[in-house]
Amino acid sequence: METFDLSVVWAIIVAFAIIMYVLMDGFILGMGILFPFAPDEEARDTMMNTGAPIWDGNETWLVLGGTSLLGAFPLVYSILLPALYIGVFLMLAGLVFRGISFEFRFKAKGKNSRKRWNAAFAGGSMVVAFAQGAVVGAYIQGFETQDRVFTGGAFDWLTPFSVMTGLGMMAGFALLGATWVILKTEGHVQEWAYGISTKLLWIVIGVFALVSLWTPFIDQGVAERWFGNIQIIWILPALAMASAAALFFSLKRGRGKLPFFATMSMFIFTYLGLLVSRWPYVVPPDYTLWDAASAPSSQMFLLVGTLIVIPVILGYTGWAYWVFRGKVRPGEGYH
Amino acid sequence: MELDPLIISRLQFAFVISFHAIFPAFTIGLASFLALLYGLYFKTRNKAWELLAQFWTKVFAVVFGMGVVSGIVMSFQFGTNWSNFSQATANFIGPMLSYEVLTAFFLEAGFLGVLLFGRGRVSPGVHLFAAIMVAVGTLISTFWILSTNSWMHTPAGYEIREGTFYVTSWFEAIFNPSFPYRFLHMGLASFLAGGFVVAGVSAWFLLRGHEIEANRKALSMSLWLLLIAAPAQAVVGDFHGLNTLEHQPAKLAAIEAIWETDSAVPLALFAIPDQENQTNHFELSVPKLGSLILTHDPDGEIKGLSEWPRDEQPPVWFTFFGFRIMVGLGFLMIGFAVAGLILRKNGRIYTNHYFLQGLRLMSVAPFIALLAGWIVTETGRAPWLVYGVMSHAEGLTPSLTGGIALFTLLGYMGVYAVVFACGVYYLTKVIRLGMEEEKEQDETKDNHRPMRPMSASHASFDDDPSPARS
Repeated sequence: METFDLSVVWAIIVAFAIIMYVLMDGFILGMGILFPFAPDEEARDTMMNTGAPIWDGNETWLVLGGTSLLGAFPLVYSILLPALYIGVFLMLAGLVFRGISFEFRFKAKGKNSRKRWNAAFAGGSMVVAFAQGAVVGAYIQGFETQDRVFTGGAFDWLTPFSVMTGLGMMAGFALLGATWVILKTEGHVQEWAYGISTKLLWIVIGVFALVSLWTPFIDQGVAERWFGNIQIIWILPALAMASAAALFFSLKRGRGKLPFFATMSMFIFTYLGLLVSRWPYVVPPDYTLWDAASAPSSQMFLLVGTLIVIPVILGYTGWAYWVFRGKVRPGEGYH
Repeated sequence: MELDPLIISRLQFAFVISFHAIFPAFTIGLASFLALLYGLYFKTRNKAWELLAQFWTKVFAVVFGMGVVSGIVMSFQFGTNWSNFSQATANFIGPMLSYEVLTAFFLEAGFLGVLLFGRGRVSPGVHLFAAIMVAVGTLISTFWILSTNSWMHTPAGYEIREGTFYVTSWFEAIFNPSFPYRFLHMGLASFLAGGFVVAGVSAWFLLRGHEIEANRKALSMSLWLLLIAAPAQAVVGDFHGLNTLEHQPAKLAAIEAIWETDSAVPLALFAIPDQENQTNHFELSVPKLGSLILTHDPDGEIKGLSEWPRDEQPPVWFTFFGFRIMVGLGFLMIGFAVAGLILRKNGRIYTNHYFLQGLRLMSVAPFIALLAGWIVTETGRAPWLVYGVMSHAEGLTPSLTGGIALFTLLGYMGVYAVVFACGVYYLTKVIRLGMEEEKEQDETKDNHRPMRPMSASHASFDDDPSPARS
C-alpha cells in the first residue's frame, strides 16, 4: 500500500484550482453582469479599474484546472467536454470577448467605440457566468455514458434545472461583484453597490434553496448521501447559511469589508457541499475518481512541476492583490 | 449532403491552431531578440539600444497577449472534438500539455511583469535577467508542445494496454525520433519570423526617416541574424526530410508526389497531382535530383505511394503544394539575406529603396512558410493521428454530430475574426506611433501600472480626438 493516494492528492489540487477560479474570476464576471446597471460611465470606469490589474491572473486557474484534468483525470476531461460541447464553446467565446474588451475599452477614446466595448464586456461576462452555472447543473444531473465514452446528445445538459443553476450562477457572481465593488470603492458607486447587493442576496438565497430542495430528487445517490448516516456534512449548508446571515447584517450596517468575505465564504461552503454530494464520483453517476485517474507514473510526473509552480502563482497573486490594495477612486486609473 | 464531423473537426483544429501558431511563432523569435537588445544596452549603455528594446517590448506585449487569448481555446479542443484520442493518450499528452501551461504561467508570474514594467524600478542587470528568462521560457514552452506533436508523428516509449497508451520510458517518449529535428526547425522558423518582422518594420521606419540611428542598428542586426538563420534552416530542413524518409515514408512520397517505387527518382518542380488516377499531370522535373536530395544518393530508392492502400495515403495536394510554397519562400528568404550582405558594402542596405520596400513585404513571408510547413507535416500524417497506431476517425469524439461541429467551427471563425482584426489594427497603431511615445512617457511613470501584457503600450484604440476620460 502506498503511503498516500495520488488520485486523492490530484482531486484536491483540481478542486482547489476550480474554487480559486470561481472566486477570483467570479467577482470580475459579476462586475461585467452588473455593468449595464451601473449608475454612470464614471462608475463603470471605476469598477473596471478595480479589476484591471488582476483579472488575467485569475483566468490562469481555469486553464490550469483544464489541463490538470487532462493530465490527472483524463476520463473526466474526455466525457465532460463532449457532453458540454456547446456550453464550453459559449464559455470560451465569452471569455475571449470579455478579455479583449478589458484591454481595449481603456484604449477606446471615442464614445461609440466605448459603447461597443461596454457591450462586449457585459455580454461576454453574462454568457460565461450562465455557461458555468449550467455546467454545475449538468454535473449534478450526471452524464449518460457507456464504456467510458459519452453517449448522450449535444443538448442533454440543457434542462430546466441547468437553466436555473445557470441563472443562479449569474446572480451569485453578480453578488460577488457587487460586494467587491463595496470593498474597493466609496461614494455613490459604493452606495449603489450596497443597494443592489441586498436585492441580489435574496435572489441567491432563493436559488440556493431551490437547488437544495430539487437536487435530492434528481439523483438517488445525492439523497442517500444527505439523508444517510454521515450527519457531520450538514455543517456545510449550516455554515453557508451563517455566511448568508453575516452578509445580510453586514450589508445592513454598512460594513465595508465584511460583505465580500461573507459572500466568498458562502460560495466556498456551497461548493464543498456540492463536492460532498457526489464524492467520490467525478463523472456522475458511474465513475469515481479512481476510475478516472491516469497512470500513477503520469500523475507523479506532473505532480512535481505542479507543486513547484502553484506556490509561485499563489505568491505572485498575493503580491498583485497587495500592490493594488485599497480603494479605487474615480478618475484614478491604472492606465 | 450529410455533414461529416470528422472533416469539420479537422478543419476546426487546423483553423484554431494555425491562427494561434502565428503569435507564439513570432514571440519566440522576438523574445530572444529582446534579450539581445537589453544585453547590448546593458553592455554599451547606448541609448539607441534602449529605445529599440522599449519599442519592441511593446510590440512583444501585444502579440503575447493575443497568443494567450487564442491559446485558451486550444487547451479545451482536445477534449471537445477528440475525446477518444485524449482519453487514450492522456498518460503522455496530459502531463506534457500541462507542463507547457505551467511553464507559461511560471514565466508570466515570475518574469514577464518585470520585463514589461520593471524599467526604472529594478536595476538594468535584473531587467536583462528577466528578458533572458522570458526568452528561455518561450523556448521551454516550445519544447513541450513540439515534443508532444513529434510523439504523434514518431511515437516511442509507450505500450498499449486495453486501448490506452502507457508511458514505459519518459525519456524515449519525450525525446522521440523526430523531436530534435522538429524542435530545431520550428525554433529557426521563429527566429526567421522575428527577424523578418524586425527587418521589415525597421526598413519601413527608414523609408519614413524615423529614428534613423536606432533603426539602422536594428536592420543591420536582423540582417546578420537572417544571414545565419535562413541558410541554417535549409540544412535543418534537409535533415528533417531524411528523418521523415526513415519514419514516415508515405508522407515523403506525398510531399514529392511520387506514385511508384523507383530508384534514381526525378524531382518534380511542378506538377498537378491526380490522386484519383495515382499520377501527375504537367510534370516538370529534374532527373535524379529527387533521389539525391531525399536520400543523398543519386540512385537511391524511394517508396512510391502505391505501396500503401488508398485509404492510408495522405492527401497529396496539400503536401505537394504546401511543401513547394514553404521551400520557395525559404529560398526567397535566403536571397534577401544574401542581398543584404552584398548591399552592405557601401551602406546601401539603409538607402536602397527597392531593397527596403522588398523587406517590408517579406515580413509576412516567414509566417506563410511556417503555416505551409505545418500543413505539410500534419496532413502528411493522415490518416493517422498517432502515426501507424490511431487514426483520425478513431480519435474523434463519438457523440459529435456534423451540425454541432459546424456550429462551433463557424463560431470560432467569427470570434477569432474579431480578435484578429482588433489585434492587428491595434498592433499597426503601436508600430505607427513608433518610438515617439516612449520618449514622452519617460517622465510620467506611475507606480500603479497593471502587470498585463497589452497595458505595456499606451497607443489609443481609435482616432477620436475627444477623450472620454482623462
